[in-house]
Amino acid sequence: MSETIKNFLYLNRKAPYGTIYAWESLEVVLIGAAFDQDVSLAFVDDGVFQLTKSQNTSAVGMKNFSPTYAALGDYEVKKIFVEKESLEERGLSLDDLQHLTWEDEDEDWAEKDSIHLVNRAEMAAIMDDADVVFSF
Amino acid sequence: MPIEVNGKTFETDEEGYLANINEWEPGVAEVMSKEDDLELTDEHWDIINYLREYYEEYQIAPAVRVLTKAVGKKFGKDKGNSKYLYGLFPYGPAKQACRYAGLPKPTGCV
Repeated sequence: MSETIKNFLYLNRKAPYGTIYAWESLEVVLIGAAFDQDVSLAFVDDGVFQLTKSQNTSAVGMKNFSPTYAALGDYEVKKIFVEKESLEERGLSLDDLQHLTWEDEDEDWAEKDSIHLVNRAEMAAIMDDADVVFSF
Repeated sequence: MPIEVNGKTFETDEEGYLANINEWEPGVAEVMSKEDDLELTDEHWDIINYLREYYEEYQIAPAVRVLTKAVGKKFGKDKGNSKYLYGLFPYGPAKQACRYAGLPKPTGCV
């Protein structure tokens, strides 16, 4: 077994319900989280809609999977990068997104924020630093 | 194969998981465990009920690793290990306990 830990970045660009990409991405992240790699998620373009609060899918007849993002902390996914410009272009701000956290076992289960707002240049650097980028 | 619980019929998929999670009632777990020759104790019910709460909140069944950690936190460190969980559910906590709880097969469970 190789001890190499790779840095995986899951890049989410699409709105949650028009296509299957958002849900597929989330499933792959949850499955991949079992393999002890360094996982980050990035949300850009319409992908930022995936994290919005109070989603209601009754009219489109699809399962509302947005509550599942709150489980990411349990799966040791602690780095969720959201592009500031993508939010602003869609009239959104951090307050429109779910408050996602993870619990730090080493600090008596202290809750820490998972979502980090980054600008476009920072996002480019994050992609550049990743060993593997999965684009959805 | 559908299962019979108190005169009611419940549809299941080819692996024995309940087709509709919303139909679940405790009798489902009783009947499924009887088929496995397993007697359900309070300790089993703690896990089954916890799985249902987890699904209700997050809309997924937790991976074994996630379940193990959560059980340790909720029910005591001595229970937060796979030995304890496999002791209760010999076919695997995720596969067997999730099935009894009426949940779908956990994501990433092979």
